[in-house]
Amino acid sequence: MLDSNKDSLKLEAMKRIVAMIARGKNASDLFPAVVKNVACKNIEVKKLVYVYLVRYAEEQQDLALLSISTFQRGLKDPNQLIRASALRVLSSIRVTIIVPIMMLAIKEAASDMSPYVRKTAAHAIPKLYSLDPEQKDQLIEVIEKLLADKTTLVAGSVVMAFEEVCPERIELIHKNYRKLCNLLIDVEEWGQVVIINMLTRYARTQFLNPNMNESLLEEGNDKAFYGSDDDEDEEEDEKDKKAEAPAMAKRKPYVMDPDHRLLLRNTKPLLQSRNAAVVMAVAQLYFHLAPKAEVGVIAKALVRLLRSHSEVQYVVLQNVATMTIKRRGMFEPYLKSFYIRSTDPTQIKVLKLEVLTNLANETNISTILREFQTYIKSMDKDFVAATIQAIGRCATNIGEVRDTCLNGLVQLLSNRDELVVAESVVVIKKLLQMQPEKHSDIIKHMAKLTDNIQVPMARASILWLIGEYCEHVPKIAPDVLRKMAKSFTNEEDIVKLQIINLAAKLYLTNSKQTKLLTQYVLNLAKYDQNYDIRDRARFIRQLIVPTEKSGALSKYAKKLFLALKPAPILESPFKDRDHFQLGSLSHLLNAKAGGYQELPDWPEAAPDPSVRNVEVKDSVPEWTKCSSREKRKEKKVEKPFYSDSEGESGPTESADSESDSASGLESGSGIEESGSGSESEESEEGSESEEEEEEEEKDKKKKKKELKKPVQESESEQSSEEEVRKHERKNKQRKSDSESESDEEDDSESESSRSESEDSESETEVKKKKKAAESKPPSKPVKKEKKEMSLLDLDDFEPAPSPQVTPVNTFLSSSLVTDLEGLSLSDTVLSPATTSPCSALKSYELLHRITGEGLCVEYCFSRQPFSPDGNMVAVQMQVTNNSTSDTKNLHMEDVKLQSGMRVKEFPEIELLPAGESATAVMGIDFCDSTQAANFQLCTHTRKFFVSIQPPVGELMRPVFLTENEFKKEQGQLMGMNEITEKLTLDAKCRNEHAIVQSVITAANLSRVPCGSDRECRFAGRTVTSGSLVLATVASKEEGAAQLTVNCEKMVIGTMLVKDILLALTQ
Amino acid sequence: MIHSLFLINASGDIFLEKHWKSVVSRSVCDYFFEAQERATEPENVPPVIPTPHHYLISVLRHRIYFVAVIQSEVPPLFVIEFLHRVVDTFQDYFGVCTEAAIKDNVVVVYELLEEMLDNGFPLATESNILKELIKPPTILRTMVNTITGSTNVGEQLPTGQLSVVPWRRTGVKYTNNEAYFDVVEEIDAIIDKSGSTITAEIQGVIDACVKLTGMPDLTLSFMNPRLLDDVSFHPCVRFKRWEAERILSFIPPDGNFRLLSYHVSSQNLVAIPVYVKHNITFREGSSQGRFDLTLGPKQTMGKSVESVLVSSQLPRGVLNANLNPSQGTYTFDPVTKMLSWEVGKINPQKLPSLKGTMSLQAGASKPDENPTINIQLKIQQMAISGLKVNRLDMYGEKYKPFKGIKYMTKAGKFQVRT
Repeated sequence: MLDSNKDSLKLEAMKRIVAMIARGKNASDLFPAVVKNVACKNIEVKKLVYVYLVRYAEEQQDLALLSISTFQRGLKDPNQLIRASALRVLSSIRVTIIVPIMMLAIKEAASDMSPYVRKTAAHAIPKLYSLDPEQKDQLIEVIEKLLADKTTLVAGSVVMAFEEVCPERIELIHKNYRKLCNLLIDVEEWGQVVIINMLTRYARTQFLNPNMNESLLEEGNDKAFYGSDDDEDEEEDEKDKKAEAPAMAKRKPYVMDPDHRLLLRNTKPLLQSRNAAVVMAVAQLYFHLAPKAEVGVIAKALVRLLRSHSEVQYVVLQNVATMTIKRRGMFEPYLKSFYIRSTDPTQIKVLKLEVLTNLANETNISTILREFQTYIKSMDKDFVAATIQAIGRCATNIGEVRDTCLNGLVQLLSNRDELVVAESVVVIKKLLQMQPEKHSDIIKHMAKLTDNIQVPMARASILWLIGEYCEHVPKIAPDVLRKMAKSFTNEEDIVKLQIINLAAKLYLTNSKQTKLLTQYVLNLAKYDQNYDIRDRARFIRQLIVPTEKSGALSKYAKKLFLALKPAPILESPFKDRDHFQLGSLSHLLNAKAGGYQELPDWPEAAPDPSVRNVEVKDSVPEWTKCSSREKRKEKKVEKPFYSDSEGESGPTESADSESDSASGLESGSGIEESGSGSESEESEEGSESEEEEEEEEKDKKKKKKELKKPVQESESEQSSEEEVRKHERKNKQRKSDSESESDEEDDSESESSRSESEDSESETEVKKKKKAAESKPPSKPVKKEKKEMSLLDLDDFEPAPSPQVTPVNTFLSSSLVTDLEGLSLSDTVLSPATTSPCSALKSYELLHRITGEGLCVEYCFSRQPFSPDGNMVAVQMQVTNNSTSDTKNLHMEDVKLQSGMRVKEFPEIELLPAGESATAVMGIDFCDSTQAANFQLCTHTRKFFVSIQPPVGELMRPVFLTENEFKKEQGQLMGMNEITEKLTLDAKCRNEHAIVQSVITAANLSRVPCGSDRECRFAGRTVTSGSLVLATVASKEEGAAQLTVNCEKMVIGTMLVKDILLALTQ
Repeated sequence: MIHSLFLINASGDIFLEKHWKSVVSRSVCDYFFEAQERATEPENVPPVIPTPHHYLISVLRHRIYFVAVIQSEVPPLFVIEFLHRVVDTFQDYFGVCTEAAIKDNVVVVYELLEEMLDNGFPLATESNILKELIKPPTILRTMVNTITGSTNVGEQLPTGQLSVVPWRRTGVKYTNNEAYFDVVEEIDAIIDKSGSTITAEIQGVIDACVKLTGMPDLTLSFMNPRLLDDVSFHPCVRFKRWEAERILSFIPPDGNFRLLSYHVSSQNLVAIPVYVKHNITFREGSSQGRFDLTLGPKQTMGKSVESVLVSSQLPRGVLNANLNPSQGTYTFDPVTKMLSWEVGKINPQKLPSLKGTMSLQAGASKPDENPTINIQLKIQQMAISGLKVNRLDMYGEKYKPFKGIKYMTKAGKFQVRT
């Protein structure tokens, strides 16, 4: 039929063949007939042929080669789906000869336009690797490339490939770590599992143990010693963040790396996933990585999984059992969720029992024991046995209930079910061993049981007990031995051994009565079939029966046999399982599975966190790049000049050293010039602020220079040391804001302490460089802010009341502007740019200094992501105290918001001395509306009603899209979501650069690269809902242009159009 | 990841096998059979079985074991969850997931498995995408196919895989646009001998059947969202919106799906809809036991309790039961010792009861355990937690959909200890 012309016949034939394969029958002799249909037009036939091919290609390598050309053709197909499926089948064919072809195909696909094809390429990597491990190095290159991919589609697959091919190359993750964290929530669920597991391992190698301090506390006496030791360690690791603390300083509190925090924050929502594997993955991540206080969140989610299929329950309970040993408190509120139902399968019951036992403590033991009592009546005997053991464990762990448990167990001895009795005996034996003196009556009771109980283990236990405590039951013991001697030959081996033991012990304590019995037993044992028993009998005879030859040992026989034996400790079988990564197969089996990656221990010292700083590739149009490069060169030439004037000044953070030298370097013309030079550079930079911010300069020198600028400013302001420190603190604050709030206090503290301790100069050059790298991003906003402040003050014609910074600054910056204009005459690009820094970050007045009684507050939208909550817009406030008295306890109160809006208040400013200013950052979730947020600003004396209303352009954050993505997204936002306006461009902003500038100033969007130079495209997402905002400005002749805005939210779209229009026409 | 999959029926035949990497011999299943023999009950087979070279991870659904063979470390839940997803997909495609259904549709099954895993790693598991790739068989289509020879493999390429909303098919069209939501709550409870509640909690789900044209964007809001203690969502739900406003906002998949499952915390008092009066005794020495059971409604907020089914596993010593139900019918299986009583609707005026005697094995001593009673029931038009949907809005499309919401309460694992 396969040779037939009709597709339907072929299809029928293929279906039968596939059915054969499915049933496991061998269909390989049909290979030639099938393989020639690989080029068949009918899709279903084709698919089935693929199925067949993949199944049998390994066995018929030569013939399989015939089909390869078809796939190679498919790889070039314009349709991405065909390309993908061709690659998929090609890579599934396990024929070693085509390895080079596969390699080539994978490499090509890895740089394919379509993310779907790239995903397939990622899938193909482990296939090729398993076929030919020698390709590893090349494959790692491909993985590295794909790891940098920004689409969610690829992320999961490539991490999977990474885990299979090169899990040890952890350094490949550094650059992609933050991206993976951020993408995580959008990745498909299977990918999430793989990524989370990988990130757990990664985090273990890169961050410090968040519970370190607690574990140190637990160490008690050693604390001081270790503590100090640790201090040094910590400091050294985090030298790039913190200065060496003064010797007297107490141990520094642990500060979580912001990246560590990022991971925890971004995985938390995934606990809500419907996929049990994802939930488990997050749970293990929290268990292994989170500070103790935060682990609790996973309990609820794990308990939820207990509702799922029994297999899921089985795995989850295993993991919960391990967790309960370490962190009992976490699951205590959910105790009742682990109660056992009679319908649960036995293996689930036993696991639940394990969890209940682990959870038992003084407070809940009575309820748990009551539950156990009902369990004992269950019909499931294995489960009953497990329950009895659990009771035994509860009794050993919790002293208060030991007697109750023991009594309960003794009652069970009269149970009709032998298994129950036997198990009880075994457990009672263990319990009695702890305090035998009190319980001789129980031992007597048990001695009577020997007549009835048949289960060997129980009999053995009773005999052992009697032998061990024969002093407590001197009358019964010989009698028991007599009975046992009678039935010796019919006993099981284990019982026989115990009989011998009993005999020996009795012989030693009470030889009068038992001598003959012992002899008899030993004789019986001598001719036993089991060699162990014969051995034992011989050994004991030599040991206890005194003969002439008996050596020194027999003297000690009593000591040997009746030594005090330590009570056994009843332990959970899950005790030491937590060294395996939770949720892993190895953990479940308590044995290392193949390919298991050991969860590394926390590092003593955190590796350099700066490795995760991402260098974003240039997205700037060519010409800007050129100009900035030119500038850079210029800088380089100027460089020696700087270093001359400032000596060995390091980066901003070691500013004190500079300020020291600054006093000697009064505002000479050199500095003036240098200032202007830097200013021009800065403004140029500002003009491209958005691009620049993304653009990452690799040039260290330039970085350094930028960092110096604020310092220079303050220098020329003839500022005091204090001034510098304030500045620095501000700078620092900015930095820490952009990282995480928790760092804030700590950092600024250490910062100031450092500036006092003047050690910074002695720091090595390496450190400085690191610092430079660290502080580079934050330094930029600061200087902007500085400048904008001064420029605003220009408009403010009121004379400044006190000897403040600002007037001087004003003077300086105005002169700078003129200077700048002089400089930039030749360069037209710069002319519109001079004003840009202030417009790029436009500042608004929140509280005027008159209404505020000397307190003046301005705010601007810093356009930085607000780290505590990604849905909030960061609002940066500049508070200046112009009054003559100090302002205390500045904080906000009584926030009035439209529904849905939220505010993250700024931390209270405790003290603002007269004449000083401070910055604070608050986050507002505007819910994508331009509704104002009203609140009161309170000082220790007064309250001021203020409100913040955002321009629509600030309600978004830039996103990076490629041209294709942009077009695709735009295609989906047509119709009502698209707003188009015609406009005439203002004469000043007809070139592309100016357009970009005005749009970016008006709205927080990022530029999308575009082939045509007549069109500028921008993309962003609204901060709260993440709806896409796309803007296009297409310019035509004579300044005519067309503005198109595509946005899911029509209101935002319309308002944005207005704003951009205004920006472009003025 | 997953190497191979074997489907094994209750009698231990391997009736389907599929390999994603090199072929693993069937003989690996011998380890599974060994474990199966050791386990007394079918559900007691351990889900993970280590063998010298492989690991077997299995799930049991519809009396079929789905045994996945893996070779190296992989989170077991990952595999288990995937296997369950496979079963769900089969169920979705064939209505039932039985051996016969799978055998009849072996080609579709094979095609599905091929799409769901690539090299052992899940590729497309969303039923919307799969349906785009492979059309589910219907009687009509099979007839048409056999006559015309057309295929049930999707002609066009699955664009859904590429879209931003991978769970939704593109180009959906309906003449009647409708969206139905079922709020189903289950009560899990253990009631002790004296009738007091030991533990009770409510687990709820919202299942949706959405047949809407185009790309609708729905929001669903509750009157009392605070009730929901712990929730898990279909991936389509925008989590941030929920966090911020407690509103479910989503672009729904096409067709049936589970939007949300939730848990109402046990802190809130759970209303127990029925009470049971029972008196089950065995006398020492005699071969007779008394069985007396009465059901009554309690805290049902005026709604009637329907489809009540009482079942109980009687002790092994019971030979037969001679009972007299006041309504409904009862059956007793002397082999499994399973007693089940189909009660139907509870009439508050005339409480249903089941009375009579049990005959025990002669000479055997009285069983020392008492059976537990499992109850199933349904209450229509009520969510026992009091959860209420406030409104459902649609954005993004212009037509007006037909909306409907149904509430139902069921007993989940509702157990009465005697």
